[in-house]
Amino acid sequence: MLKFEHVSKMYKGGKRAVDDLTLEIEKGEFICFIGPSGCGKTTTMKMINRLIEPTEGSIYINDVNIMDRDPVQLRREIGYVIQQIGLFPHMTIQENISLVLKLLKVPEEKRRVRAKELLTLVDLTPDYLEKYPHELSGGQQQRIGVLRALAADQPLILMDEPFGALDPITRDSLQEEFKKLQKKLEKTIVFVTHDMDEALKLADRIVIMRDGKIVQCDTPDEILRNPANEFVEEFIGKDRLVQARPNIQTVEQIMNPSPITITGDRTLSEAIQLMKQHRVDSLLVVDDRKVLQGFIDVEIIDQKRKKASLVRDIVEAELFTVEKQTLVRDTVRKILKIGMKYVPVVDDKHRLAGIVTRASLVDIVYDSIWGVDDMTKIG
Amino acid sequence: METINDILYYYSQNAAYVWVQFYRHFLMSAYGVLFAAIVAIPAGILIARYTKLSTWVISLANIIQTIPALAMLAVLMLVMGLGTNTVVFSLFLYSLLPIIKNTYTGIRNVDHAILESGKAMGMTKFQVLLMVELPLAMSVIMAGLRTALVISIGIATIGTFIGAGGLGDIILRGTNVTDGTPIILAGAIPTALMAVLTDLIMAWLERKLAPIKKEKRRKRTRLGMRHGDGSYASFFGK
Repeated sequence: MLKFEHVSKMYKGGKRAVDDLTLEIEKGEFICFIGPSGCGKTTTMKMINRLIEPTEGSIYINDVNIMDRDPVQLRREIGYVIQQIGLFPHMTIQENISLVLKLLKVPEEKRRVRAKELLTLVDLTPDYLEKYPHELSGGQQQRIGVLRALAADQPLILMDEPFGALDPITRDSLQEEFKKLQKKLEKTIVFVTHDMDEALKLADRIVIMRDGKIVQCDTPDEILRNPANEFVEEFIGKDRLVQARPNIQTVEQIMNPSPITITGDRTLSEAIQLMKQHRVDSLLVVDDRKVLQGFIDVEIIDQKRKKASLVRDIVEAELFTVEKQTLVRDTVRKILKIGMKYVPVVDDKHRLAGIVTRASLVDIVYDSIWGVDDMTKIG
Repeated sequence: METINDILYYYSQNAAYVWVQFYRHFLMSAYGVLFAAIVAIPAGILIARYTKLSTWVISLANIIQTIPALAMLAVLMLVMGLGTNTVVFSLFLYSLLPIIKNTYTGIRNVDHAILESGKAMGMTKFQVLLMVELPLAMSVIMAGLRTALVISIGIATIGTFIGAGGLGDIILRGTNVTDGTPIILAGAIPTALMAVLTDLIMAWLERKLAPIKKEKRRKRTRLGMRHGDGSYASFFGK
C-alpha cells in the first residue's frame, strides 16, 4: 500500500532529518511512528502527502510514485489529522466535515448526508452539524477533526499526534473509540506520537525512530519482548517492560487446565457431591465432546432443585468466555471490570480448555514480584 | 444659544447647498478609499505571501502617510490641476497604509495550523486564500477600511482649497466672514457627524463579517461548564 524506498530528507545546513528510510506498510495496517522530538517522525509522515518533499529516494502509494502525482489531488486522497485540530473556525461543523467533498465537487445534498452519517460514527447528534467549532469541547473538536479525514473515504490517513493536546481522560476514550473505528473501516493509518502508551495501545506495528533512522520496527508485543537495543529499552521504560511481562502472556499459559466439569445428563445430587468433593461452588457444564454448554452453581441448584433433577435442565448458558490466544492483560481487565469470579477458556471450536480464576491472577502477581526480585539480584 | 439658532437658521436657508456639499464630501472620501482598497488589498495579500517585500511596501506607505495633507494636495495640484480628482487621488494615497497594513496583519495572523490543515486537505493556494485566509482576515481588513475612511473624511475637508468643494467649503466661508462662528460650525458639525456615523456603520459591518460571532462566544462561556460536563457523561455512557 505504502512504500518508502531509501527516503532521505536534508534541510539547509546539511542536517539529515530523515536518513535512508526504507519501510513497507500493508493495507489496513495501523503504524505508529514514535521517537524523541527531532527524530524525523513528523517529517517522514509529511512526506507522504508532499507537505514536505523528500530530497532522495521515493515513496510509492499503491505502486505509484507520489512525485508523479499532482500534490493537490494526492492530498485530497489522503486524510490528515493534526494535533492542533485545525478546524476552520468560520465554518459550521458540517462544512468542516465535508470540506474535502466540496473540493472534490460533490453536490451539496450528498455532502450533507455524508456529514450526518459520519457524525453517527462518533455518537454525536445531527444538531451538531449547524454548530461552530468553538462551541464544542476539545474532545468533540478532535472527533470532528478525525471525521473530516474520513469524509471522502480516503484509504490512507495520516495523523500527527492527534490526541496529544487533549486531557488524559478524553484522550483515553478517544483512543479507544478510534481503534474501534479503524478496525471497522479498515483504513491504513500512519500515526505519529511520542507517547509510548498510546503507541502500544493502538498500533499494529510500531516504528521507533532516532536521528532520522529506524531503530526498530515491530509489533508492540515483539518490541516489549525483545527490545532491539538499549535505546529502545530506555525509550519504552523499565516500568513498562516489567509490567509487560505478564501482559504478553496468553491466557493459555496461566490458566488452570483441569477445571471441574460435569455433563448435562447427570443428576443434581451428583453435581452437589462433585462440588463438595472439590470444594467449589460452581461447575462448568460440557457435553461429551467437551464443548462448553454453560455452568451451574449452588444458588441455581438451590432455587430449582424442586422442579428439575438433571443438570441439563437448569444449566445457565449465559457465560462469558475467552479464547486461548487472548492476552492476559485483556482478560485481567475483564475479570476485574465485570467482576466475574472466573473465566472459562475455550479453543476455537468452543471446547473447554481450562479456566482462569482469581487465584490464577494472584499467581501472576507473585510471579511479577518474583521477577522483580530476580532482576535486582542479578542487577 | 444664539449660535445654535444661527446655525439652524443657516441650515434652513442653505439646506440644499449643505446637502450637496455633504454628499460630495462623502463621495470623495468613499471613492478614495474604494480605489485604495482595490490596490491595497491585493498588495497586502501579496506582501503576506512574500514577506521580504513587506518591509519595502509598508515603509513606502508609511512615507506617504507622513506627508502633510496640505503639502500633498499642493504638489498633486501641480500635476493634476484643480478639482475633485486631485482630492480623490490624495485620499487614495492616504488610505493605502491602513488597508495594506491591516490586510497584511490579518492574513499573517491566520493560525498556522488551520492553513496547514487546509493545504493538507488538498486546497490549492487560491482556495486557501479564498476559503480560509480571506474569511478569517476579513474583520481585520474591514478595520483597515474603517480607519482609512475616517481619515479620508477628515482630510477631504481641505479639498476646498483646490476647489473640490465638500463640507470644507462651508468652513472656509465661515473663516472668511466676520463673526463666522455659526458658519464654521455649520460645516464642522456635519463633518464630525459623518466621521462618527461612518465609524459606527463600519464597526457594525466589521462585527458582521467577523468569522467567529462574539455573542455566541459570550453565551458559551456562560454555559461552558455545563456543556463540558455533558460531553464527558456521554463518553462514559458508551
